[in-house]
Amino acid sequence: MFGGKLLIVDDEAPFVDTVSKRLIKRQVNVIIAYSGQEALNKLKSEPDVVLVILDVKMPGMDGIETLKHIKSQYPLIEVIMLTGHANVETAVEGIKYGAFDYLMKPCDIDVLLAKCEEAMTKDLKTL
Amino acid sequence: MIHLDLSKYNELKDMDIGYYKSFTRKMVIFTVLFSFIPLLVVSTLSHHYFNTAYKEKVVAHINELAFKHKQNIDNFLNEQLMNIRTLAHSHDSSKLSSETFLRQVLSVFKESHSSVFVDLGVIDKTGGLVAYTGAFKLMSANYSETDWFNKAKEREFFISDVFLGLEGQPNFIITVKKDEIFLMATVDFKAFSSIVEDIRIGETGFAFILNRQGNLQTLSRYNVVPSRMVYRELISKASLNDNVAIFSNFKYLGKKYVYTMIPLKGGEWVLVLQQEVQDAFSKLYTARYIGIAVFVFAVVGIIIIALVVARKITKYLAEVGAAKEKMHERVRETNKLASLGELAAGIAHEINNPVAIMVEEAGWIGDLLSEEEFQETENLTEFKRALAQIKQQGARCKDITLKLLSFARRTDPRMVNVQMNAIVEETVKLTRQSFKFRRVEIKANMQPELPTVSASATEVQQVLLNLINNAVDSIDVSKDDGLVEIITKNDNDHITITVCDNGQGIPNANLDKIFEPFFTTKPVGKGTGLGLSICYGIIKKMGGDITVKSEIGQGTCFVITLPQSD
Repeated sequence: MFGGKLLIVDDEAPFVDTVSKRLIKRQVNVIIAYSGQEALNKLKSEPDVVLVILDVKMPGMDGIETLKHIKSQYPLIEVIMLTGHANVETAVEGIKYGAFDYLMKPCDIDVLLAKCEEAMTKDLKTL
Repeated sequence: MIHLDLSKYNELKDMDIGYYKSFTRKMVIFTVLFSFIPLLVVSTLSHHYFNTAYKEKVVAHINELAFKHKQNIDNFLNEQLMNIRTLAHSHDSSKLSSETFLRQVLSVFKESHSSVFVDLGVIDKTGGLVAYTGAFKLMSANYSETDWFNKAKEREFFISDVFLGLEGQPNFIITVKKDEIFLMATVDFKAFSSIVEDIRIGETGFAFILNRQGNLQTLSRYNVVPSRMVYRELISKASLNDNVAIFSNFKYLGKKYVYTMIPLKGGEWVLVLQQEVQDAFSKLYTARYIGIAVFVFAVVGIIIIALVVARKITKYLAEVGAAKEKMHERVRETNKLASLGELAAGIAHEINNPVAIMVEEAGWIGDLLSEEEFQETENLTEFKRALAQIKQQGARCKDITLKLLSFARRTDPRMVNVQMNAIVEETVKLTRQSFKFRRVEIKANMQPELPTVSASATEVQQVLLNLINNAVDSIDVSKDDGLVEIITKNDNDHITITVCDNGQGIPNANLDKIFEPFFTTKPVGKGTGLGLSICYGIIKKMGGDITVKSEIGQGTCFVITLPQSD
């Protein structure tokens, strides 16, 4: 759908699994990771990832830390932060480190998809 | 004595007030003591040196006077003595014994000496009067038994003490020995006495002459002269070897006197100058009274200044203490809010994650149900309704956690001087944006140049947002002319902000409970019942008040009153 893969990163396995199934059903090429470290490994092995949906609060390497790594190693990959709580400060901090935007759980799949499309067309808009 | 009203500093505990009062007392005592001691030392030293110097000056002046008068009197006596001596040595005894000659001489003396000599006489060595001329009839007089004649016999010349003569008149006699006879002249006592009587020192000072036995040798126009015993005592104390003896503070009949004594007539007489101490040292006493007045004034001044300064310092310290306590209170509150915020964030995370999973699972079921094979399934509609309900309730959970976070979110509670119109303007702009699709007009009617109020800008904005949200919610969406008006006004020493709407109004029964926590009339899931109680808490904390007036069908007005900044 985006001309590349979408990586969903969250330590809540049931959430990741279900969301990925729903996105696949919507013709999105999805891969998943259950931690920040796993996400970085996946990015190494999957060069065609174009978009990452990243949970903020995860055990070990948290979302912000993972985002910093992603943005330093793959600056072209867009990241949308996903948070279980409405800590605007953390979300805004994510945007400061290069995230495209943030969404709050629970979020409608269509809203999620719309945000993903928005992120993918960002460059076109700025052209 | 030290009244200090610290009751207005609500933040101060009773213990602190006690401390500040004791601090003020100590400060007053220390200030008074440390100012009073040097003042006392300086005053005492000044008084001592001035007293000594002034007394020396007065004594020197009295000395000078005494010497001057002594000289006058001695000159007078010597002059009279010289006249008689010259007369005695210029003529032989037989001529001197001639009454005719004596009459002529007395006449000459009277012309040239203003009748100082009352008479002239010649006495033989047995004391019998040989010749006499003068006011008295003394021709048969014999002086052999008189004290003065016996003394005169032993000397070449002699001036007697004053005594009552044979005629009963006070007088004294000058005698000069010439061969076997004695030339005698009686001095006019009144003329002599007046020389001394006329002496005046200050307002109470006068002079008189005493002999060594303390008998008066002159008259005194004043009756304050103590008894002879007193003079004897004084004379016995004085070493009258041509020196002045001064006795000050001699008490007699309740008054203090200064006595100055100087010997006359070769030490046989004493010239006494008597003056009241109060008069002699009048300027010293005046200076002392002025000094005491200045001292008392300075002490009163020190006490007043110490009281005022101590109170001002304590007031300042109490203000600082109260401000510090207020700050600590805010820090505690902020920490509490921060903890509450963290707790709320944790709860939100813990709830939102499982809810997200449930919603996603429901979504997944919905996705699957939309496949063709399930289209004919019985109860498909019921499945879809149930899924929609799950989705809706998930959104409700999310909303609740958002509100919880909003309630616990950190605001800036710092009280600063804020311009209320600016906050109202900004809030109105924000809400206009939010409610642009609702047919509600949000209007601000602000009195220009409002004084500032001491408040937390973010908290006031939170209150206004809440009131405006409630106002908009109370307006029937079907209405065309929904209006929310925010009015600011200066009211004496307060500022009022009124938020009025033309909504449904609040029933009377609810008006009393409207600021109670968890009281809401909104449908379940729409309101937490915390908004107005938070507003109430915020406004009360700022020292203001919030009231409500409402009429069913007409609308509601919330009136916030905040005190102006100092």
